[in-house]
Amino acid sequence: MSTAEIPFTVESRKDTGLYNAKLGIWLFLASEMMLFGALFSSYILLRVGATNWPRGSSILSVPLGALNTTLLITSSLTIILSWAALRMKDFKKYKLYMGVTIILALVFLGIKAYEYGMKFEHHLYPSTSTFMAIYFTLTGLHALHIIGGIVVNAYFWGPGSRMWQTDPERFTNRIEIAGLYWHFVDLVWLFLFPVLYLL
Amino acid sequence: MSHEAHHEMPFWQKYIFSQDHKVIGIQYGLTSLLFLFFGFFLILLMRWQLAYPGEALPLIGKWLGEANMPDGKMLPEFYNQLGAMHGTIMVFLGVVPLAVGAFGNYLVPLQIGAPDMAFPKLNMASYWAYFCGGVVMLASFFVPGGAASSGWTSYPPLANIATTGQTFWLLGMVLLITSSLLGSVNTITTIFQLRAEGLTFFRLPFFVWAQLVTAFLLLLAFPPLEAAGVMQLMDRLFQTSFFMPSGLMVGGEPLAISGGGSALLWQHLFWFLAHPEVYVLILPAMGIITEIIANNTRKPINGYNIMVYSIIFLGFMSFVVWAHHMFLTGMGTAISAFFQATTMIISIPSVIVLSFLFLTLWGGSIRYNTPMLFALAFLPMFGIGGLTGLPLGLAASDIPLHDTYYVIGHFHYIVAPGTIFALFAGIYYWFPKATGRKMSEFLGQLHFWPSLIFMNIIFMPMFIQGLAGVSRRLYDGGATYDFAHGVLHLNKLSTHGAWGLVIAQIPFIINFFWSMYKGKKVTSKNPWEATTLEWDAPNIPPHGNFEQPLKVYRGPYEYSVPGAKKDYSPQSSEHI
Ligand code: HEM
Ligand SMILES: [Cu+2]
Repeated sequence: MSTAEIPFTVESRKDTGLYNAKLGIWLFLASEMMLFGALFSSYILLRVGATNWPRGSSILSVPLGALNTTLLITSSLTIILSWAALRMKDFKKYKLYMGVTIILALVFLGIKAYEYGMKFEHHLYPSTSTFMAIYFTLTGLHALHIIGGIVVNAYFWGPGSRMWQTDPERFTNRIEIAGLYWHFVDLVWLFLFPVLYLL
Repeated sequence: MSHEAHHEMPFWQKYIFSQDHKVIGIQYGLTSLLFLFFGFFLILLMRWQLAYPGEALPLIGKWLGEANMPDGKMLPEFYNQLGAMHGTIMVFLGVVPLAVGAFGNYLVPLQIGAPDMAFPKLNMASYWAYFCGGVVMLASFFVPGGAASSGWTSYPPLANIATTGQTFWLLGMVLLITSSLLGSVNTITTIFQLRAEGLTFFRLPFFVWAQLVTAFLLLLAFPPLEAAGVMQLMDRLFQTSFFMPSGLMVGGEPLAISGGGSALLWQHLFWFLAHPEVYVLILPAMGIITEIIANNTRKPINGYNIMVYSIIFLGFMSFVVWAHHMFLTGMGTAISAFFQATTMIISIPSVIVLSFLFLTLWGGSIRYNTPMLFALAFLPMFGIGGLTGLPLGLAASDIPLHDTYYVIGHFHYIVAPGTIFALFAGIYYWFPKATGRKMSEFLGQLHFWPSLIFMNIIFMPMFIQGLAGVSRRLYDGGATYDFAHGVLHLNKLSTHGAWGLVIAQIPFIINFFWSMYKGKKVTSKNPWEATTLEWDAPNIPPHGNFEQPLKVYRGPYEYSVPGAKKDYSPQSSEHI
């Protein structure tokens, strides 16, 4: 008999200690690290080569940035709680915490959009200066990652959560993966905030 | 039973949006072969202009449009498009998708005894991202101003101010990068997670190791180019100045930009990808060659373990040599010294691999079939390419050679009679597994010998021209430079060689399609009497690959084991 069943989609392989998707997400995050790493390196190179470079806090709103930082850290926490809830077989709590995670992310995006609007109002565009260029590129790319995360999390909150009934273990794994991704997006912001707003 | 279920799938699901790694592998294979021939066609047009500058191209010149070739004569702008797109298509749409997308996809699960790749849906997505990237690249020929024309390296500021084709190039690249990221995550996960029982890392065929290192290179080196691509898109679409220094003048007018950027930043990011990319071009080829040489010498590969350590080391090193492409940018002697040293060091593992492959031939009872001929030709051709790289890796000798035809000769020896020969070898070797039939030996030899001769006729003169100082970027092939006149006649030789190479591919094309339907049927699952696991799967392996789960008892190349009944001991058989 030919079996097309792919092993280790749910349970871990002994010698690697991982299930497939977990290794997959770590690899994906490694490549994301290189993406943002390259942009951070570019930031350093451009800044070192610049004749004058503005202080981030003189252009960007530190309180809003700090608020957004808090929101993301909190959402990282709630997504862990949602996963923990599944481990405890508490589906209701899962829905609650995942819901909160999504809302926090949406508020983050709202604040980001408001900040962008303020900049445009003051005629600060990507083309204004190298600082604005790297600011918009880095935060824009980060925002795209947030949007991607929201889409995935919303799917797992809504239609995707039906898998809890049929294959709870696999569903729990999926939330773990989503959580790892979400921590990464959070981590990137923890670099972006001081680099762009404070330094 | 899933085998039956497979047959009930509608056509589009089985062959178009398939999730079976073998179908996807073949999709990759056919698409990339088409791109290879298309990229070859582009360079034939260029070679016409180089050999006969300013003369009308007979017959097809007129079809290519008034905007490109009025009266059949090539305009410089069109020449630049051809050059940029030839490089891009050959590297990103031809060789890599064939070596990694096709061979990697088809063979890695089979060689590790897995039913499929770890993420079949991602696998399908990765093919279609590649396909869309290809369509975007092709479409760029039809936008105003034509395709990208700033070289496959897309150096700014030139690329920043180029016509719309460059934007298409960048969007196409983003799709291709996405495709290769998905593919590499999938390959690495598959190799780590889906190895059959008993298949430890040091029992993996060298081909699988080569694909593993390649996947890591793609995974970690491509994102910086993606970052650079995003920045160049920002520069082009939102008028930022990432790569635009202050005070830039174009056509006598200062540009209305904020400035303050760095053109060199692009070069660093580009070569940070593109140096590892050259190893992406060569590692899978080494993998294929190793399988074929072991099988046709009927000997274990000498130094298999050392070869594995070598390519792992090579993988790490390939991230710290990139600026040897930039010796002329005035980096300063300290930085140059660093990159010269790393470049000399990275050539060691390649030499080790090549030497062990040569050593394996020693005392073997060699079977000279078509795959083996291509594999044998690979060795010296890759050798020439690699040795000519050494002078380029030292700043003192690179300064006169940089951007001359010598560089073109160097890397084409590696990629064309090197990697592409390896890919041909692989097609001839694994054809029976994929189709149940062998390709014709006669047509194969008719393909091999002329190809080998013409490859050398095309590329050997380039070393001579390059040493004479002829730049690689001249629309007229060098006619305007006095010093080039002594070597200009070689332009015709190269071009005629390229025509010969076209003709030499005809037997291959006939062989490929004819053998698919009419080739000699193979009677056994293991027609070459090989040892690795793919030969345990039935020919034209069904969805899920193997009839029963496999168990591995030994290393990959146990040929001619003393005391064994046969001269090959398959990895899957308990007793020899
Ligand atoms: C064996 C050791 C090798 C050494 C020491 C070496 C060294 C170099 C150096 C220093 C250059 C830059 C020359 C210049 O622009 O002035 C170069 C160019 C190049 N090499 Fe190699 N190389 C080696 C192997 C390879 C391999 C395995 C490939 C695989 C295909 C390769 C592909 C290329 C390509 C594509 C370029 C030209 C890029 C361009 O400017 O368009 N090289 N090589
Ligand atoms: Cu290089």
